[in-house]
Amino acid sequence: MTNHWVDIKNADLVLIMGGNAAEAHPCGFKWVTEAKANNGARLVVVDPRFTRSASVADVYVPIRTGTDIAFLGGLIRYLLENDRIQHEYVANYTDASFIVKEDFAFESGLYSGYDPERRTYDRSSWDYELDENGYVRTDPTFSHPRCVLNLMRRHYSRYTPEMVERICGTPREKFLEVCELVASTATPERAMTIMYALGWTQHSIGSQMIRCGAMLQLLLGNIGVSGGGMNALRGHSNIQGLTDLGLLSDLLPGYLTLPRDHEQRFADYITARTQQPLRPNQMSYWQNYPRFFVSLQKAWWGEAAREDNDWAYDYLPKLDRVYDMLQTYELMYQGRFNGYLAQGFNPLAAAPHKAKLAAALAKLKFLVVMDPLVTETSEFWRNFGEHNDVDPSTIETEVFRLPTTCFAEEDGALVNSGRWLQWHWKGADPPGEAKTDIEIMSRIFRRLRKLYEEEGGAFPDPILNLTWPYANPEHPSPEEIAKEYNGKALADVVDETEPTRIVRRAGEQLSGFGELRADGSTACGCWIYAGCWTEAGNQMARRDNSDPTGIGQTLNWAWSWPANRRVLYNRASCDPSGRPWNPERKLIEWNGTRWVGADTPDYPVDQDPAAGMGPFIMNQEGIARFFGRAALADGPFPEHYEPFETPLGYNPLYPDERRAVSNPAARVFEGDRREFGNAAEFPHVATTYRLTEHFHFWTKHVRLNAIMQPEQFVEIGEELAAELGVAAGDRVRVISNRGWITAVAVVTKRIKSLDIDGRRVHTVGIPIHWGFTGLARPGFLANTLTPFVGDANVQTPEFKSFLVRVEKA
Amino acid sequence: MALESQDIVRRSATTTKPPQVRRARTAPVAKLIDTSKCIGCKACQVACMEWNDLRDEIGTCSGVYDNPLDLTEHSWTVMRFAEHENERGDLEWLIRKDGCMHCAEPGCLAACPSPGAIVQYANGIVDFDSEHCIGCGYCITGCPFNIPRLSGVDGKAYKCTLCSDRVAAGREPACVKACPTGALVFGTKEDMLRHAEERVEDLKSRGFENAGIYDPEGVGGTHVMYVLHHRDRPELYNDLPADPKISTLVKVWKGVAKPLGVAGMLLAAFAGFLHYIRVGPNETTDDDEREAARAVGASAVRARRETTDE
Amino acid sequence: MTDMTRREFLTFSGASLAGSSLALLGFSPSEAVASARDFKLAKATETRNTCPYCSVSCGILMYSLGDRSKNAKSTIFHIEGDPDHPVNRGTLCPKGAGLIDFIHSPSRLKYPEYRAPRSDRWQRISWDEALDRIARLLKQDRDANLVTRDAAGRTVNRWTTTGMLAASASSNETGYLTHKIVRSLGLVAFDNQARV
Repeated sequence: MTNHWVDIKNADLVLIMGGNAAEAHPCGFKWVTEAKANNGARLVVVDPRFTRSASVADVYVPIRTGTDIAFLGGLIRYLLENDRIQHEYVANYTDASFIVKEDFAFESGLYSGYDPERRTYDRSSWDYELDENGYVRTDPTFSHPRCVLNLMRRHYSRYTPEMVERICGTPREKFLEVCELVASTATPERAMTIMYALGWTQHSIGSQMIRCGAMLQLLLGNIGVSGGGMNALRGHSNIQGLTDLGLLSDLLPGYLTLPRDHEQRFADYITARTQQPLRPNQMSYWQNYPRFFVSLQKAWWGEAAREDNDWAYDYLPKLDRVYDMLQTYELMYQGRFNGYLAQGFNPLAAAPHKAKLAAALAKLKFLVVMDPLVTETSEFWRNFGEHNDVDPSTIETEVFRLPTTCFAEEDGALVNSGRWLQWHWKGADPPGEAKTDIEIMSRIFRRLRKLYEEEGGAFPDPILNLTWPYANPEHPSPEEIAKEYNGKALADVVDETEPTRIVRRAGEQLSGFGELRADGSTACGCWIYAGCWTEAGNQMARRDNSDPTGIGQTLNWAWSWPANRRVLYNRASCDPSGRPWNPERKLIEWNGTRWVGADTPDYPVDQDPAAGMGPFIMNQEGIARFFGRAALADGPFPEHYEPFETPLGYNPLYPDERRAVSNPAARVFEGDRREFGNAAEFPHVATTYRLTEHFHFWTKHVRLNAIMQPEQFVEIGEELAAELGVAAGDRVRVISNRGWITAVAVVTKRIKSLDIDGRRVHTVGIPIHWGFTGLARPGFLANTLTPFVGDANVQTPEFKSFLVRVEKA
Repeated sequence: MALESQDIVRRSATTTKPPQVRRARTAPVAKLIDTSKCIGCKACQVACMEWNDLRDEIGTCSGVYDNPLDLTEHSWTVMRFAEHENERGDLEWLIRKDGCMHCAEPGCLAACPSPGAIVQYANGIVDFDSEHCIGCGYCITGCPFNIPRLSGVDGKAYKCTLCSDRVAAGREPACVKACPTGALVFGTKEDMLRHAEERVEDLKSRGFENAGIYDPEGVGGTHVMYVLHHRDRPELYNDLPADPKISTLVKVWKGVAKPLGVAGMLLAAFAGFLHYIRVGPNETTDDDEREAARAVGASAVRARRETTDE
Repeated sequence: MTDMTRREFLTFSGASLAGSSLALLGFSPSEAVASARDFKLAKATETRNTCPYCSVSCGILMYSLGDRSKNAKSTIFHIEGDPDHPVNRGTLCPKGAGLIDFIHSPSRLKYPEYRAPRSDRWQRISWDEALDRIARLLKQDRDANLVTRDAAGRTVNRWTTTGMLAASASSNETGYLTHKIVRSLGLVAFDNQARV
């Protein structure tokens, strides 16, 4: 979230799209009901299903799953054509006036530089024109045909209300009703918040859906302001924390990145990431990359990370490609993996295409599962009749299942969707012999290290030299680890402008990332968390909930990254001269000498606005981008492409261009392409989702939740039910080209069949929560049906749009 | 506000006058259920079971979101879902939390033959004292909202206590505390009515012209009230009664009791005792189950348990 | 309820008469005093925690048996929302409100278990057996398959034949330490639920 849960109460308009906050985040959704009840806000829900969120919405609008870019693109067109944008914001805080390179092009769904063989783009033309000083060329009059605003206007001119209706199935008048509501927030005193979740991420064009929403918000001046923002409602209690800490195949803590194998020289790695400003007098915060990186290496390898060995740069693996989950399971399926560890993760249920996953796991030599609960993954080898029809005698995999503590049995910090790090405390011992994950990982590591000490082995240096300064090496305490990721001074740290002044004594906890140094004098495990455990103690455990301004900024409750900032980009909540756009909802303001207010300024605190520094200091432009440059794999502007399993078989924007039906830059493995189904055989559009009564595959083990939704079901509309002769409560079979499930049919008015470019399309809703273990009635894993393809940028699977056939069972 | 014997203002089947001296600052209390804020998440159902140490059966899916399908001795509150298409053709998902209304004139208490098995506290809570429940089921017959349920295990009647134990300790009921969206609110009845009026005003500003408060007079008002978008059509909310009243038969019984002689009463008592021994706790018949199964096929499901005789 | 059958009326009035008449016959109210159930949290130990499900991360209060004195074994018996928490303000969703049954789920794992190749069952093993064997398997695979230099002779130090998934419901401290260990091994096939 750019903003945070409580701030939603300040919204004038709430757009829930690509998510179902009432269902999946009920206690966060309360701030929507507060905005409605106390701020006169209106709630708009755009969803293929009339959801629990829709049940309390002022306006509900249906949409075909997977077509959100068409809808959002239509909104962008509406704002531009009708001149309903916040001009001063767009002119000053975005790249609207920047001039794009002459060889950039877009034609029939393909951007310049496309290589159809490799399904990738050469992105060198996707950039701004620079002048002789290396600064970007701009046209503040917006008359240049290649300025971003004009390119954007041209790009979205195709997204007319008629086109939106043809692609999305959204009735034109409903779409225009939403347009008018959204446009009402283009004024400085009105704000819209966008709340989205996996309904946007789980598509082959998911990253671009989110970009498109952000572009809409920028046109309206809704980013950085209270009651506005792009608010990702993250799925797990610490998915934000694990992402911040870089537990992804290509990341390091604090959004640092692993080197690629062509980055053989440390200097190449560092230079590529130390971004220089593209405008005069601009702060580009990633210029500090060396400080973050060196401090991380010092935290991990201590004395072994020295300037003369490039801070142990070679201790880190270098990537030849991203080993994301889909790539990993593809390699596993090919027999190229031997071992796998699943810590609190149930991939057999969580990744797409269960049959492929089960076959892949059966090719492993060993599988280690650490979990508080029984999981399907840990029992993939076991026969559960039709729900898991395998023959254990043919499966060679050795499986270890290690019992872990749950939340109630350990101390530690979790990071919520609003980036708050909150400490929690243990209430009781775990059952039986269960241990914390920290102890299990430590014991495994200590054994490995001992083996390497005694026997030697392949490149043991990073293992032997890993810092392990914990009082009980078999069970480091959460406090010790938290202090390590906050960071400390290894030597006295001096003020860089006044070298005689010591800002931090050796051995002391750092107070923030401003104290990090690239000379080895600081160690910090995650730079964005610097400040969470200072000399003043554990800031994450703070419990003062006072909110002096009344706009929900409880700055002394827990601690928020970065720098205890609650609303990102809050400099953009003020006009260029430093006055709040909306004095009623003031986050910060320039008082003539400093930036002050209800939040930690996202800007140098003494930077005079008259100097013209842009508010988006993490971008080297200092402004926000409509034109994505080369940042995304599939284009600088979001474009609608059909899901890989499309009910149409063509892209209505250019019906004859076969290369641009679905995302031209998405990675598809050959075997998986063969397993895509087509609309002739699988005519119904399916989408998977959560129910509020359950959490993933955990709560089927929880009696109270098993009582609330005991048995697997799928939802179909009355029209499809009538066509199939199915009544509510009947059993149906749902078949995709990868497998089938049976479930009870919920027949509902909440799913309407849609007219899509002249054909009738029925939607099938498939909740995910059942499986072959637990207290709830046994069921099928919903991913039996789902396709093995992901977003072109981050490889999040396309769980939200695929094809099935429903039959009466 | 601990609830003690002197806080009891009504007792079932008792002719002596209950204590009337105390007047608590916090009495009477009320729970307000704002259907326009309710998302049907069932947090109230779970919190109720959790707090009251109840666990219902793990049932089945009947083709609707309702689960458990009906109130039971373990489910003292359930969400009832109804899909309604309004005059504009827009869908409304009307979700109502069902459970004891804590009537000011409780039909269950009037009908209960066992002394002290049902009591009404000065704060308005109508509570069952299981020790004195004889399992006759007349509370169900007497209830205009069809709320109490008999346990198949111990033959006693159960329903929502409005968390009398929590309220006695100065806390809100478990369901109210849990409610994520603030659809449930608890306080003095006066405060709840004021809050409800504000909600009605907000709903009218959003086009619900007939929004209103459900605090039915036929039972003397209730200590559980609803805000409805469609106060003119309570039946849309899974047959919420438009004008609930205590059964005339219960009133008749109350009227004829006193003139009867002791001998007659003893005779009747004996007959009643025999009935209890012979019939035992009231349970659903197979017909009811079949009826329920049929009802499940419809989009609005109300597999209500009916009190029956053979 | 107004349309009672005749029999219903008779039995109804009969039983009701019985109860009422018992009172008349001398069963006085004083022997049947009703009172609300005792408030079960009155002296319970309270611990603050965070709901482990979604990213709203509601504050919760866990109530346990015993006061943490030496001879008392704590067990959590009730969980409700933390009213001081600025986000949830004491509320919980149906998952958070049911957390007590997660802690005490019959599906909780209690002992390390092992499934041998081709076997159709688990066998209980000790922690030492499990961890010794896991460490040995990891080392064997890493020593055999760590790519220190690629085909072009470039230093890459990556291990691509063993992978790991971390849990986005585990704490920062678990995540940080896990990451530190995993990268020291050169492991690259490493993700958490953020990817799905």
